[in-house]
Amino acid sequence: MSEEFKPKIIVFCCNWCSYAGADLAGVSRFQIKPHFRVVRTLCSARVDPEFILHAFKKGADGVMVLGCHPGDCHYIGGNFRTRRRVALLKIMLKQFGLHADRFRLEWVSASEGEKFAKVVNEFVGRVTALGASPFRTQAEEKKKKADAAAAAAAQPAIAGAAPAAHR
Amino acid sequence: MPEKITIALKRGASCVGCDIAVVNFNEELFTLLSIADLVFSPTLMDVKYADLRAMPDKSITIGFYHGAVRNSDNEEFAKVMRDKCQILIAYGACAHMGGIPGLANVTTKQAIFDKVYKTTLSTINPEGIVPLEEYTDAQGHAMTLPKFYDEVFSLDDIVDVDYYVPACPPTPNMNLTILKVVKDFVTEGKPLPPKGTVIASEKTLCDECKRKRATKASMDTIHRLQEIEFDQEKCFLEQGIVCLGLATRAGCDAVCTATNMPCRGCMGPTAAVTEQGASMLSALASVYGLTSNEADMSEEQIDKLMSQILDPLGCFYRFSLPKSQLGHVVKDVE
Repeated sequence: MSEEFKPKIIVFCCNWCSYAGADLAGVSRFQIKPHFRVVRTLCSARVDPEFILHAFKKGADGVMVLGCHPGDCHYIGGNFRTRRRVALLKIMLKQFGLHADRFRLEWVSASEGEKFAKVVNEFVGRVTALGASPFRTQAEEKKKKADAAAAAAAQPAIAGAAPAAHR
Repeated sequence: MPEKITIALKRGASCVGCDIAVVNFNEELFTLLSIADLVFSPTLMDVKYADLRAMPDKSITIGFYHGAVRNSDNEEFAKVMRDKCQILIAYGACAHMGGIPGLANVTTKQAIFDKVYKTTLSTINPEGIVPLEEYTDAQGHAMTLPKFYDEVFSLDDIVDVDYYVPACPPTPNMNLTILKVVKDFVTEGKPLPPKGTVIASEKTLCDECKRKRATKASMDTIHRLQEIEFDQEKCFLEQGIVCLGLATRAGCDAVCTATNMPCRGCMGPTAAVTEQGASMLSALASVYGLTSNEADMSEEQIDKLMSQILDPLGCFYRFSLPKSQLGHVVKDVE
């Protein structure tokens, strides 16, 4: 199971450092595991904790926030805010029952393509080992149930139509 | 005189404080009763569930449902109310967002039953008897109890809701606002607000709060209310008391902070966000233990600082856990 398991991972990248770092990782042709999706934001501080919670709700197995190194923020102090929020959010995610390794904050500058590849590979590897997030399992079950209910709702119409056709 | 409208009050998982809030209409109760007939309210009248079921569909103009949905009985009657009422209002914090009963989403049915019926210090239950949904006694009498759910829901998780009235419980002034809306609709035919409206303000509580605050908030220490002698005029946060005002919807006239009680967040998130907990988390993390030079702080120091905020989940989602993004606590791999 763990070999086949493909995690869904959201990586929030700030526009000025980490997104450029991701770009550099690409043009440098570093091998990166493919199970992540990048969401670009103007600053890591733009990543409202609400977005992270929403990602987990929608079935993300892991969420990572990447920003400029402290002191290097394009907006001077954005990432100082980010790290404060992330510190508190980590405590709260633990209370929600999520494994601490499902959420990570890293600093990746525009020149650190290699670090981007390394950090993402590590994170994808760790989350793959952890398996599906309980919220993902739940979201998928809910969808299955809804689909089954929709199918059942469609059933009587077909069943009702069948005898008429026989007549 | 136009025809009177009809009103029903039904409770779910509720402390019945919302029924008392209706009594809090005070003398305006007569205004209410001059335009409306109360046709169903188990707290205030001698009515039976069968009476409600017997009413024709959509025969009640406005239904107020208060309380969360905790068991199968709550769910069933939420649906009955939806069928019988033209307009269904989620009245009070529990129906709006799950409220205090919603905090049960940090645990499970099993854990609650074990605690309540087996492990509390005052319990003697060697046979481990817990309530069953169905039971047939020796004489063959079958009895049933509602099914207790693993999770607590808000009203709109179960049925379509037209309007929300937040707060625990809604204040007399909020009641008057509803009364005015309803009265204008009944007597003058004025249109009702758009569906889904939360009948309160769109701003944050700080907007209504009269306490004095500096232009830039900061919080150096954290205290419980009873631990310090605080200034009765000044903002709670600046004095180190966690107040949820800055992440909470206004509309209650800040009655709590006016009487020296920090806001606990019963009005739910503001109109601009979906998550009260996330807004409060951002706000508190941004003002707590601010230093003149953030760059000097190491990440370990920040972790240590934030770990002084005990139980952020219970504190920030005190009234809104079922309506939060994640909704309830899960069990992850070790």
